[in-house]
Amino acid sequence: MTLSPVARHLARWIALGYIVILVIVPVGLILWRTLAPGVGEFVGSISTPAAISALQLSLLVVAIVVPLNVLFGVPTALVLARNRFRGKSILQAVIDLPFAVSPVVVGVALILLWGSGGLFGFVENDLGARIIFGFPGIVLASIFVTVPFVIREVEPVLHELGTDQEEAAATLGAQWWQTFWRITLPSIRWGLTYGIVLTIARTLGEFGAVIMVASNLPGQSQTLTLLVADRYNRGAEYGAYAISTLLMTVAVLVLVAQVILDARRARAAT
Amino acid sequence: MTASSGVVDSTSEAIRPGLTGSGGSGRPSRLLRRRPASTSLRVGAATMWLSFIVLLPLAAILWQSAGGGWDAFWSAVTSPAAVASFRVTLTISVGVALINGVFGLLVAWVLTRDEFPGKRLVDAVIDLPFALPTIVASLVMLALYGPSSPVGVHLQHTKWGVGIALLFVTLPFVVRSVQPVLLELDREVEEAAASLGANNYTILTRVILPALLPSLLSGAGLAFSRAIGEFGSVVLIGGAVPGETEVSSQWIRTLIENDDPVGAAAISIVLLAISFAILFVLRAIGARAAKREALAK
Repeated sequence: MTLSPVARHLARWIALGYIVILVIVPVGLILWRTLAPGVGEFVGSISTPAAISALQLSLLVVAIVVPLNVLFGVPTALVLARNRFRGKSILQAVIDLPFAVSPVVVGVALILLWGSGGLFGFVENDLGARIIFGFPGIVLASIFVTVPFVIREVEPVLHELGTDQEEAAATLGAQWWQTFWRITLPSIRWGLTYGIVLTIARTLGEFGAVIMVASNLPGQSQTLTLLVADRYNRGAEYGAYAISTLLMTVAVLVLVAQVILDARRARAAT
Repeated sequence: MTASSGVVDSTSEAIRPGLTGSGGSGRPSRLLRRRPASTSLRVGAATMWLSFIVLLPLAAILWQSAGGGWDAFWSAVTSPAAVASFRVTLTISVGVALINGVFGLLVAWVLTRDEFPGKRLVDAVIDLPFALPTIVASLVMLALYGPSSPVGVHLQHTKWGVGIALLFVTLPFVVRSVQPVLLELDREVEEAAASLGANNYTILTRVILPALLPSLLSGAGLAFSRAIGEFGSVVLIGGAVPGETEVSSQWIRTLIENDDPVGAAAISIVLLAISFAILFVLRAIGARAAKREALAK
């Protein structure tokens, strides 16, 4: 269907106008308000003790969540791509579940399971390890919302890869770990990388699930996103903008990584 | 997108590459099948992990609600505040899904059928709402549509503010589900229709829209599903005014803070049920579209 030039321009400007009003102007405004008082002000605002400890806490959560997701995600993707077993479609559906669950519901679920009245309440009541309103709760919430990423990025790569090379390695007498280390892992590295990038971004950016299970105490269980809300609610708008700009930088890096990896994938496909 | 695509087609292909691909002897596949123990071990580990992280917490919600009995569930779900929050959540989410359905279709169209400088940049910007943390999205919307708005639009603590925040976070869904289908669409069919004397309106409604409908519905459905559960992006701009901007996720948080786990579990179950129902319908639509496509080939 060929549109007349007038209709084509109309469609183009309405679509661009929508994106400009909805995305570009608001995002640009935050950037401008953050950087207008000068870079020194920005750096000062993201290096206060509260901001530093929130950053450290967020990075610590990332450092725990990413290895766990890789450790369980890659074998799960392997078994989903390579094997046929009973209940596979149920497993597939469970992996997609976190996408469909509201972050607040994630928080409620964790509170009801790990809180002092829940099934796993004994951990807090008898063993004295505080899960909810403590650091472990933040980790559990972050893993819940990031579980699908590594699996869903690695699985299609494994599908396309097939098993020819691995079979060849096996016939040549390679052990399973040699095959995995030399053949499988190098083939899935870009899918895995992107899965990890998405996991990091989501972990740093998660708010709803984390605020439900965190006490929001600076230095103990206040992550970067909680600090943004906290600063805004205390009327420290500029401080909130500064942390937001920091988080936005991470988001932009994710988009750049996506563009690069897409280009790589396209080149590999041709 | 991943949420809609996973289960339907994944079992059929690439499971038996030893048999279907690269022809010939069955020997290699036997080599790989030599370790059924490792398969069940992996399946077991994956199941345990997912149960521990995802299923047990969700089961705890059901358990909590069942413990309170049907009457407690019903009174929590039908309390005036809960009903008001459902009304606010559902009306805003329907509106958001419709508006982003229309504009998402238009944006996808412009990104596939039009050429202009900076198109790739615009294409990349579409993903920004997915990449931004929700609380940052909230702040971003407040910067333009809040009290310190440079253009004097003040939407904080109104339902329009909640709506515009949800429009922002759900923008990519429709664009990203329609775009690939539009890209694959056979232009020859449109040309044939045009050569048979069909005008643009007829081509649009008889040829293009029917082909795009499954992906359009899927995108709008995912946007709706995201909107009803959204919390971070509406919390600052909405401000939880009961009956006006307090969405169900905020009401759940209030219930937890007031130490009413039975009520919070009940509202959570309703949200979960709506999300699952939508995903189920989308999956059925997707399966039907895939079947029709397979038949057409």
